[in-house]
Amino acid sequence: MFQHNRLNNELTLLQKIKNLDYILLISVLLLSAISVFVMYSTDGGEILFHTKNHFVKLTVFFPLMIFIAFFNIKFWHNFSYIIYIIVILLLIYVSFFGIKASGSQRWMDVYLFVLQPSELMKIAIIMCLAKYYHRLKIENVNSFTSITIVLSIILIPTIFVVSQPDLGTSILIALSGLIILWLGGVKVKYFIYSFITFLISLPFIISFLKPYQKLRILTFLDPDRDPLGAGYQIIQSKIAIGSGGLDGKGFLKGTQSYLDFLPEKHTDFIFTLFSEEFGFVGSVGLLILYSIIIFRIIRIGSISRSNFARLFCFGYAFAIFIYIVVNLSMVLGLLPIVGSPLPIMSYGGSSMLATMIGFGIVLSAKINHKQMIA
Amino acid sequence: MIKSNSGIRKTDVINRRMFIIGTAKILVFVGIIARLFSLQINENKKYLTLSDKNRIREWKLPPTRGNIVDYFGNVIAGNLKVYQLHIIPEQVENFNYLLVRLKNLLNLSDKKIAKINKLKAELKPWDSIIVSENLSWGQFVKINNYLYDLVGVKPVMTISRNYPFNDVYTHVLGYVSQPNEQEILNNQIIQERFVPGMKIGKLGLEKRLENHLIGTNAIQRYEVNAYGKRINQLEHQKGQQGSQIRLTVDTEIQKACGELLNEKAGSISVMDIYTGDIIALYSSPSYDPNLFLFGISQDEWQLIRNNPLKPLINKTLSGLYSPGSTIKPIVALSALENNVIDTKFKVKCTGKMELYGQTFHCWKEKGHGWVSLKNAMKQSCDTYFYEVARLLGVDRLNVTAEKFGLGKKVLGNYFDNEKKGLFPNTKWKKNNLGKGWVLGETLITGIGQGYIQSTPLQLCMMTAQIANGGYAIKPKIIVDNNPISYEDAKQSMESGLLFDTNSDSLLDKKLFKDKKNIKIVQEAMFSSTNERFGTSYKSRIDDPKYQFAGKTGTAQVKRISKRERELDLELEQIPYKDRDHALYVAYGPYINPRYALSIIVEHGGSGSKAAAPIAKKLFKLIIDRHDLRNKQSNFERITI
Repeated sequence: MFQHNRLNNELTLLQKIKNLDYILLISVLLLSAISVFVMYSTDGGEILFHTKNHFVKLTVFFPLMIFIAFFNIKFWHNFSYIIYIIVILLLIYVSFFGIKASGSQRWMDVYLFVLQPSELMKIAIIMCLAKYYHRLKIENVNSFTSITIVLSIILIPTIFVVSQPDLGTSILIALSGLIILWLGGVKVKYFIYSFITFLISLPFIISFLKPYQKLRILTFLDPDRDPLGAGYQIIQSKIAIGSGGLDGKGFLKGTQSYLDFLPEKHTDFIFTLFSEEFGFVGSVGLLILYSIIIFRIIRIGSISRSNFARLFCFGYAFAIFIYIVVNLSMVLGLLPIVGSPLPIMSYGGSSMLATMIGFGIVLSAKINHKQMIA
Repeated sequence: MIKSNSGIRKTDVINRRMFIIGTAKILVFVGIIARLFSLQINENKKYLTLSDKNRIREWKLPPTRGNIVDYFGNVIAGNLKVYQLHIIPEQVENFNYLLVRLKNLLNLSDKKIAKINKLKAELKPWDSIIVSENLSWGQFVKINNYLYDLVGVKPVMTISRNYPFNDVYTHVLGYVSQPNEQEILNNQIIQERFVPGMKIGKLGLEKRLENHLIGTNAIQRYEVNAYGKRINQLEHQKGQQGSQIRLTVDTEIQKACGELLNEKAGSISVMDIYTGDIIALYSSPSYDPNLFLFGISQDEWQLIRNNPLKPLINKTLSGLYSPGSTIKPIVALSALENNVIDTKFKVKCTGKMELYGQTFHCWKEKGHGWVSLKNAMKQSCDTYFYEVARLLGVDRLNVTAEKFGLGKKVLGNYFDNEKKGLFPNTKWKKNNLGKGWVLGETLITGIGQGYIQSTPLQLCMMTAQIANGGYAIKPKIIVDNNPISYEDAKQSMESGLLFDTNSDSLLDKKLFKDKKNIKIVQEAMFSSTNERFGTSYKSRIDDPKYQFAGKTGTAQVKRISKRERELDLELEQIPYKDRDHALYVAYGPYINPRYALSIIVEHGGSGSKAAAPIAKKLFKLIIDRHDLRNKQSNFERITI
């Protein structure tokens, strides 16, 4: 009883600080530092626009992460549905009043920076579904009603994001949602059946794609069909990575990026520059750093008493993993080009904000890992 | 309890499913690392090459042409440093201001300014615009003084073709200029080495020897960015200058030819009678090939093109003339060789000759009376040669004439504008004009009129081969790797040894049947110049060192009507176009001859008045330079 009481009491600030996961914290800090240096290299070895902005965002969002961590995980559990609904509302707002850029409408001005609500949805969907499965009885997991509700939760934001249009983010949102379904215990055969259905309907889906999206798929299958046009990005990206060799060309010495051969080197193709300058050793090192982060998140999930925290951590670890895999496969020529940033490394405020919020909730789960949620 | 049991069961499910996912994650990461390994380690070389191909670009620079030198090593086609002015638009702060400043400094025309503006619009901002291809030193210094104010302007030093003797060698060397598309496509070497601003031979030896003279490109390697902008220079690879070509010509003599023919239309050819070396080959009037280097102006071009004296025609090779009386030595030789006449054979000249009701006039109205070969040659009696030609027939004459080089190209392929001329025979007329030969045509062929056409160089070679005792020579204008000396050539000719490394036997070189006949013709030519009443007696030199033998010729341009014959007009009274061409062929010194020449003054009137006096002035110089030339050839042989 005594133990129960103590746990129900709020932790003191000192205890919270003590309970933070320092391995995760240091890994994120290290990744942030690397990202600043790489951004400095994309600016051609000068502190210009991208470096400055990236640094400023880190100095705002990193403390924000710790701030979020200090809220009890119960708080995040309680607000999960509301947060999901707020982000849905933001998506609706954006689809009417959003800022248009390069053919899509997915941003809104929030004075400090331009927010991309679809990035926030990557976290919100995990929170929402984690709460749903936390509350759902195990017997009802495979019931028609629950699956219908869960699929609606996934489908609504996905449809909004696809219509922006932003295929890359919508796929990531859908995958983040589906993983919670998987973890929640939805029957394996459902996954297999729907995967088969997906494969069968693939040609039908492709016919609905926009011409530029079809072109990307064709280019992925054969980048040399238009080396100066659609295939240019992937060819130059592979040249940059391949020419990096074992130990890279050296910091600030990546000729592919320095001489402007790399497209979108600040955002989706940031890994290309990193890999050109730091080579195979550096790239594997970066992957190890990401692996440590993912492993720590899974570990926090597995020590959590509540299934909400557990589901969130496992789901978020998978989401981070999926972001990395999609981004790297894209720049390595293993997947067609879909816009997807590399967490923390890529330039972009919304993506960083979402990632940091995610880390914050994970840290909150760590601090309150003994917290039970009814 | 049930609830908590359900919670535990749920946790188990989550953990089990997480384990499956975790395993999958590790596999995927391993896959990505494998992909990285294959790109960065296995295919590293391939991608490094591709990366270098991306960033490194080569710029070829125009090659430096080889020099052309005369026999004494004087450069007659060389290279000169020129100062150019480039603008790099992206470095310019205020383009219009800059143009105004340059306009004032260099006196640029409005047309030029418009052209610069047009180029600026067409080129990439980092490509330089050439404002001036050839700044004077003064302009170059001026620009350098104001350079602080001319941001984006780059004074550049480069190399350009230069002809130091201006118009002296134009017809031999030709000139260089920017190639047109066809010229680039037709020559593999030019195609490989072409860069904008490069110049190629357009005419003469510059064109013929293009592949020897052209040289190889210098190469600059630059690092460029994705837009093709040069970032920095990585390497400079020097090009090789084209081969030097040494000619057999003597600039001093060539220059003298130009002065002697000043303001006249005509040509002079001078040849070594043993080696076949061409000492001078001058066509007048000439023009300055330097004008073509940076694009000739329309005004200058029209001036050259419309000059009635036709400077664009290389008269030594492409000018076709009736040889007139200069053919008479060959007619005499042919008749002697065919035993048609001997030295005692005489003809009575009454001033004209009747044949089938047609009258053939001698140039001397009163006639020469009874003349033998020697006197006929001396006074150039036409009647005598009408009779000789009649007895000989055109076909036998044709054989001798062709043996001595008439009707054939002298220099072979070296000049594509060389003409081969024509020495007619009965078969030729039948085949080409479809008519039978008429005896009257034989008569006029005997005095070098009618169908017969020859280039001045052919007449020079013909004379040289009479002068050297009747041996064939192969004229040349380029000194080859193994030049034969004058003495060796002469000795081997006379001793019956081979005198040409790639020729067969001396028998083929012998153009006569009886050496005596050559001697008779030589003596007749000697008397024509050195004995009283000789047609070129006035132009003789008595000093045996310089004494020469020659034959005048006066070639009619149009048929003389009866009325004109009676009027006997002075040269000045006849329209320029209708005046006779003056010809002279000669060789000297008479004892131990060394050189032969032919002189033609278009519309100059009679050969004795217009052409022979030029020979007198020229021979002194030619003989005086002989020792120098001899030494040069010895010196050359030692160094080789």
